[in-house]
Amino acid sequence: MLGFSADRLRADMNRLLALLFHQGVLDEQFLQLQQLQDESSPNFVLEVVNIYFQESERLLKSLRALLIERELTDYKKMGNHLNQLMGSSSSIGANRVRNVCIAFRANSEQSNRAGCLRALEVLEHEYCYLKSKLHELFQIEQQRVLGAGVRYPMQQN
Amino acid sequence: MVMAADSQFHVLAVDDSLIDRKLIERLLKTSSYQVTTVDSGSKALEFLGLIEEHQHTNFKSPSSSSSSSNIHHQEVEVNLIITDYCMPGMTGFDLLKKVKESTSLRNIPVVIMSSENLPSRISSRCLEEGAEEFFLKPVRLCDVNKLKPHIMKTKFKDQNQEEEEEEETTETEFESIEKQQQQQQIQMNSNNKRKAGMDEEGVGEDRRRRIRYNSNGVATVN
Repeated sequence: MLGFSADRLRADMNRLLALLFHQGVLDEQFLQLQQLQDESSPNFVLEVVNIYFQESERLLKSLRALLIERELTDYKKMGNHLNQLMGSSSSIGANRVRNVCIAFRANSEQSNRAGCLRALEVLEHEYCYLKSKLHELFQIEQQRVLGAGVRYPMQQN
Repeated sequence: MVMAADSQFHVLAVDDSLIDRKLIERLLKTSSYQVTTVDSGSKALEFLGLIEEHQHTNFKSPSSSSSSSNIHHQEVEVNLIITDYCMPGMTGFDLLKKVKESTSLRNIPVVIMSSENLPSRISSRCLEEGAEEFFLKPVRLCDVNKLKPHIMKTKFKDQNQEEEEEEETTETEFESIEKQQQQQQIQMNSNNKRKAGMDEEGVGEDRRRRIRYNSNGVATVN
């Protein structure tokens, strides 16, 4: 009974991952992260992704604050924030977020305020989507681990 | 210096991004490297400067150093520096230059990472200044697998240099260094965890024999 749901959870996880890859939300770098997780570092992906969430939210807030500033919009600072967000997105395999950053950066290099505002909207949307899907993924994983944990004592008997 | 058979290579990773530091640390540890990460070029130089200090103390007053501080010195040795190119303050290029300008550090191989393909004039300058190669981020396991040859090439260069240096030391310094190594050997043999399938005594003896040959330059085989 427990074995069956473990398989089903794994199937759910794989299906979600496949969807995210298909949509281009994640790329193979995310797989690399998963491969780096092992017994010596069992929560590696979760740790890294949580850092990513914290950093990204900070950067998104800063970007919005910079754009609200109409008079002396600091496009250079914007570019720096975007480089950071691009880098970290690339490092965890957040492909679509990274691509939006690239477009956003192009707008900031041209001091195109309207373009930047549009890009920020898209960026925030993409980020939210990514975050909710990754949470879903971690929830499934957690359930699977819990299910597996309950199984072991039974196996010993 | 003394090269224990099971000592790990130590890599110093420099990156201002926390995520990238975590990533490179995991990649390196997975590949059995000892890792130290720092978030800036200046911290890297600080860390490397610590090694310089230890080396000086070790060499100048060998009799006063206990065997435990020798082992500490070994742990602080850096076999490779891997650094991000684009960092606030001191860039990876600035760090590269500083390392290559230093007499004690210039033999350490330096690899540069960057999140975008660097314009060729920048990458050529880096190579001119002595960078071994470039990794495009995100760095993968296959990239980390390319590090070993750079470390080994420099290790070999180091050993040759040390052989020349050792020949120049005086008789008494020479004897005290030898005694130290023997003490270290005994210390390491008793401290080492036994690896599966390895005969500890056999390994220790080989090590002793090998070390005598390497560090003397002149072969005194036991």
